[in-house]
Amino acid sequence: MTQEIIEGLRRALELIVSGDPAVIDATFRSLYVSTMATLLAILWSLPLGLIIGNKEFFGKRVVKGLFNALLGIPTVGLGLILYLLLSKSGPFGIFRLLYTPTAIILGEALLITPIAVSFTTSAIESVDPEIRNLAKTLGASESEASLVALKEAFPNVLLAIFASFNRAISELGIALMLGGNIWGLTRVLTTSIALETTRGNFELGIALTIILFLIVFVLSFITNLFKRE
Amino acid sequence: MLCFALKKRILLWSLTLVLAIIVSATFTTYYFGGASRRRLIVSTTTSLYDTGLLEAIEEKFESQYPIDIYFISVGTGQAIEHAKRGDADLILVHAPSAERTFLTDGYGVCRKIIAYNFFVIVGPQEDPAGIKGHGVKDALTKIVKDGRDGDALWVSRGDGSGTHLKEKALWTLAGFNWTEIRKESWYIESGTGMGKTILMADEMEAYTLSDIGTYLKYYGDERINLKVMVSEEKALLNVYSVIAVNPKQVHDVNFEDAITFIKFLISDECQNLIANFKKETYEQSLFYPTVRLLKEWSNSTVAQWIKEFAYFNGTECPQEYRDDHPELYE
Repeated sequence: MTQEIIEGLRRALELIVSGDPAVIDATFRSLYVSTMATLLAILWSLPLGLIIGNKEFFGKRVVKGLFNALLGIPTVGLGLILYLLLSKSGPFGIFRLLYTPTAIILGEALLITPIAVSFTTSAIESVDPEIRNLAKTLGASESEASLVALKEAFPNVLLAIFASFNRAISELGIALMLGGNIWGLTRVLTTSIALETTRGNFELGIALTIILFLIVFVLSFITNLFKRE
Repeated sequence: MLCFALKKRILLWSLTLVLAIIVSATFTTYYFGGASRRRLIVSTTTSLYDTGLLEAIEEKFESQYPIDIYFISVGTGQAIEHAKRGDADLILVHAPSAERTFLTDGYGVCRKIIAYNFFVIVGPQEDPAGIKGHGVKDALTKIVKDGRDGDALWVSRGDGSGTHLKEKALWTLAGFNWTEIRKESWYIESGTGMGKTILMADEMEAYTLSDIGTYLKYYGDERINLKVMVSEEKALLNVYSVIAVNPKQVHDVNFEDAITFIKFLISDECQNLIANFKKETYEQSLFYPTVRLLKEWSNSTVAQWIKEFAYFNGTECPQEYRDDHPELYE
């Protein structure tokens, strides 16, 4: 066991240093797909989080509870549902999205929406209400006061974004079901790890895992820097 | 005033975000749509893909034709399901009974048998059930007996794959009811791929059924100590076929390129590639080609076995499922 991990570490270094084309390809695709998914998810999650965090409305608890529950959705299950939707004989089959990176992007964007929404909501809610009140006394309207709250909550919102990205880059089920793990087209780090594991190339699997971990680690580190500020 | 500036900045940020997404989306579409090469999606079984054979074939094929092959590596069951839904143009599988249904249901045409090898029953070196040297029937009977006595274990894929279907057929052959024995405590279903199953069998010192490719890879890499107990007999025959998805039944499949690929698979060039694939590494062939065997040495024992096991009505593809491509069967 330890031998495989040490060998994996060595291989990881070797692969990174030598710039192995397959590894670079999968790494960049992982980064590209998860970044796009995160951007896309922000597009609707940030406004949603702002609304839920700022406004009082009927059923707010239920909505918040729903997003919190969706945090735990199994990726393979969501992948299967989306596969059936995107399949040629499914309702969205005409768009021919199955087995493209776009399909993975859409799927991951949906997957991380609950994280982005929930984290943004709590970030907004944790802003001292006094700040909003102060803005209002200074003549700000309700929506302007919300924006002030967003500015206050910014470091935590950023945390929400990075957490979403981490979830996207480390998930397997959606990339496998919607992308099909096609070499040179939809093969990302997680699907490569799964494939190399079934192929019995454990060192390579460990090496890819280490690369994935490094990406996530560096991002978490950056997020923490922001948080401190 | 402060709020106004903030609003403007947020507006700017949102605009940038939208722009970034549009640009990347355009790039993505260009990346696929703009490619001049045509796409052929092949749904295939893991045991074939995991050996690396298909990548070798892909490389050769793509250097000669303006067609990109995309392999989706899943189990035989899932491969067939993909094809029925129109999500694949071609399937490469190893389950004759499921293939026959696929043809008779009207989903598949132009079936060709392209390769074969043998499954192996592997087990711990000590061979607690004493099956080494016995035939499949005896071996399985002994495993059941010793399993019930608590001396042997069996690990099954249990995932509906081609290998799993084969295993079920072997239990039937040996006179056991699979739905009954799967409930017994010595029978373990891993519910996962061949690699993980063979590792599990090794950890548990159990017997299992494996394709030869996966076994040799794991054994060669010294990941397992399991030894081959039973091999190379008719019941363990493993036949790989290619079937095109019927364009008359499933809309909008790439049938033309599917036929081109089938022709390539049965060409001498590709058949030689199959025969020599990793032969030096393992000092034995992982796959044996079938085209010449069935044509020129059709009286040999193995050819007879293949015919009995994987032919439908005396042929690899009955006339009505040939879709006017007689040249494939000359």
